Amino acid sequence: MTLALTTLTSSAKPPSPGPADFDLPGIFGTDVTKPMVLVVLSGVLIVGLFYMLARPAAVVPGRAQFAGELVYGFVRNGIARENIGSKEFQRFVPYLFTIFLFVLVNNFYGLIPFLQFPSMSHIGYPLGIAALTWVVYNGAGIAKKGFFGYLKHETVPGGMKGPILLLLVPLEFLSNIILRPITLTLRLFATMFAGHMLLILFSLGGEYLLLHSHNKLALPAGIISALLAIAISFLEILIMFLQAYVFTLLSSMYIGEALADEH
Amino acid sequence: MITTRLVLAAAEETEDINPLIPHTAEIIISLIVFALIFFLLKKTVIPMFEKAYAERTAAIEGGIEEAQAAQKEAQAALEQYTAQLAGARHEAAAIREEAKEQGAQIIVELRAQAQVESDRIIATAHAQVEAERAQVVAQLKSEVGSMATALAGRIVGEVLDDSAAQKRTVERFIAELEESAN
Repeated sequence: MTLALTTLTSSAKPPSPGPADFDLPGIFGTDVTKPMVLVVLSGVLIVGLFYMLARPAAVVPGRAQFAGELVYGFVRNGIARENIGSKEFQRFVPYLFTIFLFVLVNNFYGLIPFLQFPSMSHIGYPLGIAALTWVVYNGAGIAKKGFFGYLKHETVPGGMKGPILLLLVPLEFLSNIILRPITLTLRLFATMFAGHMLLILFSLGGEYLLLHSHNKLALPAGIISALLAIAISFLEILIMFLQAYVFTLLSSMYIGEALADEH
Repeated sequence: MITTRLVLAAAEETEDINPLIPHTAEIIISLIVFALIFFLLKKTVIPMFEKAYAERTAAIEGGIEEAQAAQKEAQAALEQYTAQLAGARHEAAAIREEAKEQGAQIIVELRAQAQVESDRIIATAHAQVEAERAQVVAQLKSEVGSMATALAGRIVGEVLDDSAAQKRTVERFIAELEESAN
């Protein structure tokens, strides 16, 4: 560890990717940062794009409408109806559809040239929508079962009786009410943060090794590093989609569970 | 010693920039943008998608219903034709039967008529023959009488023409002749 660090520090001025890379300065000296602009842009992109795709609303869809319906149908039928049930899913579709697109677009920013920053790697953004999901699923449950009815539904596992409940109820409360928004936030934030960090590491490291380092092993290491940067980019595409899917899926599952009749 | 210093340095550095500490501004922006996207999608995009879905479902179901109706209609038409054909066949059979009966009746009638006719012809012929025979008999009676009288007169040599005795003799003779003939 120390050896590696000293060899690195002894050569010219190697990059050291870290949290500092995510702390971008405000644009043009204002407090407005790049992810803020990107998040606002994502709203324009999502609404604009899908308005265009959905606009024909034709019985026989064109190519664009078909593409739009594919995404909409994926969230509507594949996620919402599957997890909430065909009776009540319809009113949660707009919410889940928005989550999916919002997370997906903000994740994909990480690989779009020049934008190249996943807004979700700033914990504030996933925290915002995770909190919203918390409000939505608890709200839906309370609206259906009443406050205490819902609390019992979420904390007392079906078929359990006796003193074991002393142990189970706090655990269930912790996992179903307290931890869910936190895990939602951390999962999305951490994967985006780590993915972007990996990309920075391998691309900056590759550049440094290939162009600035005087070490003999720098050339092969640099080539490997550059190749890895490309490979990880492809992996990131998958992860960015998966995280958007997982966030939407879990939100729908929480809602479905809050509305379920029995455990 | 070096490691601890490095760790301390790193800790100092990350204390300023802790990625786990959210910025309030970012949470607020996230919520505002999310809310805007949500309302715009809900008001514009999703109704359009749902409308297309509903119309498509209706169109497909309508098409199926139409096809079913057409099939039912075709089935009905087929049944009607079959029924008509059966009716026609039945009718044809009935007509044939009737014709056969009629033919038989005509034959019977004609036969009866022919019988009557032939009977009539035979009767007429009998009557005619009878009349002719009677006429001939009468004629013969008188002729034979006169011829016999003439013959007898010639043989006897006297005129026996107008006497009642003569007449009686002749009639008795003829009666005897008739009796022997019978």
